[in-house]
Amino acid sequence: MDFSVFFQPAFSGGGIYLDWVLSGIKWTLLVSILAWIIAFTVGSVVGVLRTTRLAALRAPATVYVEVFRNIPLLVQMFIWYFVLPEIVPESMGDWMKGQMPMPEFWNAVLCLGFYTASRVAEQVRSGIQSIPVGQTYAGLAMGLTGPQVYRHVLLPMGYRIVIPPLTSEFLTIFKNSSVALTIGVLELTAQARQISEYTFRTFEVFTVATVVYVLITLAVTVAMRALENRVRVPGYMGSGK
Amino acid sequence: MKTARILSSLAVAAALVALAAPAAAQEGTLKKIKDTGVVKIGNRDASIPFSYLDDKQRPIGYGVDICLKIVDAIKAELKMPKLKVEFVPVTSQTRIPILTGGNIDIECGSTTNSVERQKQVAFAPTYFMTGTKIIVKKSSKIKGYDDLKGKTVVFTAGTTNERAMKAYNDEKKLGINFIPSKDHAESFLAVETGRAAAFPMDDILLYSLRASAKKPADYEVVGEFLSDDPYGIMMRKDDPEFKKLVDKTVIGLYKSGQINKIYAKWFQSKIPPKNINLGFPMSAALKELVKNPNDKGVEACGKMKC
Repeated sequence: MDFSVFFQPAFSGGGIYLDWVLSGIKWTLLVSILAWIIAFTVGSVVGVLRTTRLAALRAPATVYVEVFRNIPLLVQMFIWYFVLPEIVPESMGDWMKGQMPMPEFWNAVLCLGFYTASRVAEQVRSGIQSIPVGQTYAGLAMGLTGPQVYRHVLLPMGYRIVIPPLTSEFLTIFKNSSVALTIGVLELTAQARQISEYTFRTFEVFTVATVVYVLITLAVTVAMRALENRVRVPGYMGSGK
Repeated sequence: MKTARILSSLAVAAALVALAAPAAAQEGTLKKIKDTGVVKIGNRDASIPFSYLDDKQRPIGYGVDICLKIVDAIKAELKMPKLKVEFVPVTSQTRIPILTGGNIDIECGSTTNSVERQKQVAFAPTYFMTGTKIIVKKSSKIKGYDDLKGKTVVFTAGTTNERAMKAYNDEKKLGINFIPSKDHAESFLAVETGRAAAFPMDDILLYSLRASAKKPADYEVVGEFLSDDPYGIMMRKDDPEFKKLVDKTVIGLYKSGQINKIYAKWFQSKIPPKNINLGFPMSAALKELVKNPNDKGVEACGKMKC
């Protein structure tokens, strides 16, 4: 093993191979975090809609979840990148392919965001539905409207309940971000492959990539654990305090 | 029985060592083939007409034919007429690690014999001579590399053409936006759909891709040669016994003139899947190589400095 490979001058673009790794980390973080913002926002809305009593709201949310959850991520990535620009009006398609800044990056963010949103939606729904229905009735009996019951009773509890599974989704998004390499985003895995291609130091390069992924996910786990502790409701969810 | 057990544990140990140090030398390829009864050939999916898939998804091509001749030679050498042939799909990026890792024994595709790759693998005598050019849409009015300033260029990851193009970009400061892709078909798709303005590749592969495109007349192969790319059959390094057999077979094809027949079959006749005739007569450079075979590699960055 010879890790000095990272300090060798890179084949192209000046700099050393370590710069390629750092650039890979930057894109992995950018894709994942932006996609998570989409996933959390869209997923929350869809998840809530899936629990309402209005079929007209529930149906589209169910369709959304089933479509995005059941198509493999890789296929979705190709659909966003290769298929979508061909089926929208031609001028828009040309814009998406030509003038749009960083098309690979934004396609990856949108794809990963909307895919993960379907999973977040299911977590949010299960969180809300795990709250005894009596609490909803109690809220309504106190004169709260439906939306107010969500705002003051169901969502505050529901989100707390699903922090652990949401943590998993958040971790998964960092790992899934590597799929973006298939449409040309030079994130961490893509950079690792590229460096190993240029230096033939496959073992060293992927060791470093693995360690970086572990560090990222550990950091997320610790942060989410801290959040969980901070917002814990005493006497609920086995917290015991 | 006991020796067999010791041998197999040794094999496991060897495999573990090979995993830990992928570049380490392995035991001879011929012995491996004899022990397993299988020759594993690495094939490509869109290196037309060297190694690609026909309409039944079977690997075919100029390189595949030559590889099968080598298999015949192995069968004769090991006296194993029932030797099985297994094709393993590889890409530009995976071919070298898969070969050094032992998952294929030989690769007959469109691999440039470069000095840099020779540090990892060995090559048989050159069996085709080509070089880097770019394919563009006619409507783009791109006539040469300098017209690519500020444009998007797609490349197949792990190719010598990638390096030649990047070295040119660095040297001439063209500010090209590069996007990687996994194979030649996908790279060409990027040009076809307008994602990228150009795709640098060995000219013969560009002509073949154009010939199999939906509207061949829409595309043009332009530019001076950016690099020389001699293709060679790839095998593991430091295995003189196997290399000797492969070299002897290839040179035998050259000496007996059989190569002309194989060449004509793939470059000057109708080939599957679309029954296109590439109409690509043997170049003077290749004729010379057939007369005086060699396995010399080229510098990785083409005509630019690395």
